[in-house]
Amino acid sequence: MKALLAQTRAEVTMTLRRGETLLLTLGIPLLLLVFFSEVRILPTPGIASVDLVTPGILALAIMSTSMVSLGIATGFERGYGVLERLGVTPLGRGRLLAAKMLAIVAIEVLQALCIVAVGLLLGWHPTGGLTGGLVAAAACLLGSVAFGGLGLAMAGRLRAEVNLAAANGLYLVLLLLGGMVVPLKSLPVGIRSVAEVLPAAALSSTLHEAIGPVSGYTGCWIVLVVWGLGAPLLAVATFRFRGD
Amino acid sequence: MALLGPNGAGKTSTVETLEGLRAPSAGRVRVLGLDPISERSRLVADIGVMLQQGGVYPVMTPDQALRLFAAYYADPLDPADLLERLGLAEVAATPWRRLSGGEQQRLSLALALVGRPRVLFLDEPTAGVDVHGRATIREVIAEQASQGVTILLTTHEMAEAEAVADRVAIIHRGRLAVSGTMDELTSGGVRFGAPAGLDVGNLSAALGATVIETVPGSYAIDADTSGSLVGDLAGWLASRGLSLSDLRSGASLEDAYRAVVGELALAEASVDRGLSGRPATSGRRRRR
Repeated sequence: MKALLAQTRAEVTMTLRRGETLLLTLGIPLLLLVFFSEVRILPTPGIASVDLVTPGILALAIMSTSMVSLGIATGFERGYGVLERLGVTPLGRGRLLAAKMLAIVAIEVLQALCIVAVGLLLGWHPTGGLTGGLVAAAACLLGSVAFGGLGLAMAGRLRAEVNLAAANGLYLVLLLLGGMVVPLKSLPVGIRSVAEVLPAAALSSTLHEAIGPVSGYTGCWIVLVVWGLGAPLLAVATFRFRGD
Repeated sequence: MALLGPNGAGKTSTVETLEGLRAPSAGRVRVLGLDPISERSRLVADIGVMLQQGGVYPVMTPDQALRLFAAYYADPLDPADLLERLGLAEVAATPWRRLSGGEQQRLSLALALVGRPRVLFLDEPTAGVDVHGRATIREVIAEQASQGVTILLTTHEMAEAEAVADRVAIIHRGRLAVSGTMDELTSGGVRFGAPAGLDVGNLSAALGATVIETVPGSYAIDADTSGSLVGDLAGWLASRGLSLSDLRSGASLEDAYRAVVGELALAEASVDRGLSGRPATSGRRRRR
């Protein structure tokens, strides 16, 4: 337990000290939240922009931390031989992974608190009450596992620098296609049908349904559950602890 | 024990197999009676590992890294004492990525020691380390050995192996070529230094033993040390107005290494050329 706590503390500390990670996990989501709440670029009749944007920004924050931040850091740790070295200490691979998961949860709770606080300040009216909040938390957890699996699957196979570029590229694609700031129904039908089987749109839709003013598309929970099971399994099956 | 061999001989692969980082392609590996892969969780508490490079979070300082690693073990050494012992106290708050190569190596050694290991695996522990750092690392290795810790180190440097190892194993192309105590590998013959280009044929006749020039200015006599041999040699040189230097019995480890690796390379070359029979060997006299 001492080893797990020490490792979790180290993971959280290192993550929060990386400027680029803070920009990605807190700076960009909060900037987009304020911008799209205040600037009526994509007006939806009868619905305040902040009500529409806040659940999507929560989904973005989860994706930023679980996929991009975790994936890039893990890729470089693999390249530096850190994962290999930790594998021959009593910490072991299991507790290393557990520490990373706990660190991700801690950072996502911090993100959620910041986003909810700023959203409320901007006039957000969450729907769904306590049940909606719990359902949203469950969706975030499932989304976190799905994106974490994707991030680790890339980090475990790609060279650190390639992984960095791939994670950022995928982040941008999923940001645009994920119903996070651009509503899914604004997308052309063909692109939308592709977007709806991706984890980003599934997470933002389940969050919209739980605490937002619009309902998610049919099957968004199924898509999220499939990614939540499939992506970590893919990571487990393909992950390499040794650097290239 | 020092594990020697040319680049690509399999030194790191051997060490990684013992550490459980690599599965053996054949055979059985046991460390402290445990299988390094299937019984990894029991073994890791008793081994200390120094990878050839890396292995530390680049943003962590020596103090942070040692305290983190100390938390992995039940009865760790005091991180502050280790920093002091390895000469890292002054850079305790400097991130790994800004440490010099020698400081990074010493921190890696400290991390390998913090859990009070019974077996230490050190993969080229002094590579890229300055003279002072090397001395510190060798002192710490000697201290650990004197406390009963088993140490396996790989190195390219014969002087290092001679300085710290009791036993030596030389591997070549993934196979163990020679293994033995330092004395076993370096016994036999007489070595001396003299001006380059001596008439070794004449000297051999005078001494009644074969003399060869191993490298310019270094000679080997295929005979045991005896008073008369040394006297004859000194007389032969003196009669020609030449000086004798560095007289000793036994081969240096480097001679032994060159003989083993050179002989194997020659044998492979013979096989490659389709020659039959065992290549002529003159043991330690042969140079690559």
